[in-house]
Amino acid sequence: MDNRQKEIDNLKDYKYGFTTDIENTRAPKGLNEDVIKFISNIKKEPRWMLDFRLKAYERFKQLKEPNWQKPKYPKIDYQDLYYYSAPKSMDDKPKSLDELDPKLLETYKKLGIPLQEQARLNGIAVDAVFDSVSVATTFREELTKQGIIFCPISEAIQNHPELVKKYLGSVIPTTDHFFATLNSAVFTDGSFAYIPEGVRCPMELSTYFRINASNTGQFERTLIIADKGSYVSYLEGCTAPMRDENQLHAANVELIALDDAEIKYSTVQNWYPGDKDGKGGIYNFVTKRGLCKGKNSKISWTQVETGSAITWKYPSCILKGDNSVGEFYSIAITNNHQKADTGTKMIHLGKNTKSKIISKGISAGFSDMTYRGLVDISSRASNSNNYTQCDSLLMGNKCGAHTVPYIKNKNSESNIAHEATTSKISDEQLHYCQQRGLSAEEAVSLIVNGFCKEVLQQLPMEFAVEAQKLVGISLEGSVG
Amino acid sequence: MLKISKLNAKIDNKEILKNFSLNINPGEVHAIMGPNGSGKSTLSNILSGKKGYDVSGEVLFEEKDLFEFETEERAHKGIFLAFQYPLEIPGVNTNIFLKTSLNAVRKARGEKELDAIEFLKLVKKKSRELKFDEDKLNRQLNVGFSGGEKKKNEILQMSLLAPKLSILDETDSGLDIDALKIVADGVNALRDDKNSFLIITHYQRLLDYIKPDYVHVLMNGKIVKSGGAELALELEKKGYENFH
Repeated sequence: MDNRQKEIDNLKDYKYGFTTDIENTRAPKGLNEDVIKFISNIKKEPRWMLDFRLKAYERFKQLKEPNWQKPKYPKIDYQDLYYYSAPKSMDDKPKSLDELDPKLLETYKKLGIPLQEQARLNGIAVDAVFDSVSVATTFREELTKQGIIFCPISEAIQNHPELVKKYLGSVIPTTDHFFATLNSAVFTDGSFAYIPEGVRCPMELSTYFRINASNTGQFERTLIIADKGSYVSYLEGCTAPMRDENQLHAANVELIALDDAEIKYSTVQNWYPGDKDGKGGIYNFVTKRGLCKGKNSKISWTQVETGSAITWKYPSCILKGDNSVGEFYSIAITNNHQKADTGTKMIHLGKNTKSKIISKGISAGFSDMTYRGLVDISSRASNSNNYTQCDSLLMGNKCGAHTVPYIKNKNSESNIAHEATTSKISDEQLHYCQQRGLSAEEAVSLIVNGFCKEVLQQLPMEFAVEAQKLVGISLEGSVG
Repeated sequence: MLKISKLNAKIDNKEILKNFSLNINPGEVHAIMGPNGSGKSTLSNILSGKKGYDVSGEVLFEEKDLFEFETEERAHKGIFLAFQYPLEIPGVNTNIFLKTSLNAVRKARGEKELDAIEFLKLVKKKSRELKFDEDKLNRQLNVGFSGGEKKKNEILQMSLLAPKLSILDETDSGLDIDALKIVADGVNALRDDKNSFLIITHYQRLLDYIKPDYVHVLMNGKIVKSGGAELALELEKKGYENFH
């Protein structure tokens, strides 16, 4: 097959694989203090923010890249990356959507995320992040009326320094680990949300991350704070063009829930997964952590991970407040040569804390999937419990599925339950469905959606249908 | 409607069907009886499109080469197989499965797909006719169903999809007498001068309720004797041994 044909075939599978031709402002290539100062300077950051970054960078220089994960990858040359790339038209920040480069508007329209007022998605506020910069945030005025702050984190640093200073790095310390520390040094943009005391956020907040420029790492930083008694549901989506090179996306996401607050965080991750032979695709190395700081607080992670060449992440909950609740619902799908090592950590510190983990892993083609999860109940977390259910579904006989639970219970009044299953879609099941008129692919999609149902049900309704379709598309070509 | 000529089938180099021929015209009900291992299920598998068999000979369905069509295309054209062992599909709601199946078939036949309300109305009506427990429609497909419920579910699907040729592979085995009658009623309701049936069974019992036009005795991959409904009774009396 010639390359042109291959490209066309790939496009059929991954409809977000286009590139936007746009002029960029970039930081000089490589990683050093000057580049960090460049980023801080272009974002007009106060001194304390630059200090935060430099401190992280000092620490980063002493850290070694981890290598304990199941999916191995070729060594990344951190000096060969661009750490900042943004459309030139964003240099003088456009004041309204009318001033925004039409190419950017067109890009988001093509992605199904219209930003213009008349076309906006109903009931969903969107922050659109393009490479290293947020290009637009919708519904801000409406949210402001209720005291909700929803804006790019680069703006929050300038306009709400007291909140950012207090909470940034409070869940993921700058010294945490290699990728998190790298992010703390070079992060560019992401979303910031603050829900004031007692407010139930009236719409879904969401961020749409788009990687466009080549040779560029995306270092997203998101910070969500739910003040006492508040509620917010947040969703992020991600896509990237098809490229032969691997691109790094190393995000840090921190959630803080105070007394009686609840944060529901959903991810539909559809980064470019690479081609059928495993060439290209995003390295999705992400640190996500939520702190149930107050009593009776709740943090719930739901993720649908279908993209990326390698997904490596463990959205976690630290259950510090008494009676706090942590949940993790996950669907991870790997096809062709994709690899994933994902799961969660539930750290029980408070009394009467509860956590629930539902993980559904599906592997097809030559892919490899690992569920890795830690449940740690500390000695003072009396009367706490965890329930883990971890199911794997295999398609074909060239893929792998692994389950690696780490269980630590230091309190005799608390308990942990773990259930795991591994199954295969049998030829008989496929034949049965086909006899009833479904094509092999429709049959797989139906069976897999059934397998994932418990998790799909957790997604906000507007996205559940999309996610369901995505599940089917991700597995196309895996049978027959 | 269905014309099988000199069909040979092998699996793992073992010959199962040998020079098998059979002709089914529109509106006819044929019964194939035979002992274990005579090739009954292989026949239904091959007609439905199951892979893994080494096949020669010719099968025409409405004058067209059946082997040209994928399993689902055969279903679209009106071939239905009631499975001997209906499959369980965990996580998939029975209603959703039935609706997906029906709409896939309707779409392929150029008919309008049913919306949720139209479908529910239809499935409820059919369930009542077949005394199929409606609660089961909201359960996972065949998961935790008794043997009889699984078989009734097959007949419900048959009734929904309105096939031209229905193949019942030992649908009667494991059924109590009430369930047997319900299955037979389901078949008889579909009987007319256009729809045909191929009923594969060990026992004569089902044929008390579904009167066949022809009975064939299958032994060692071949039809050794054909006759009318009375042949089944004879077989029941004498046993398969005497047909060697």
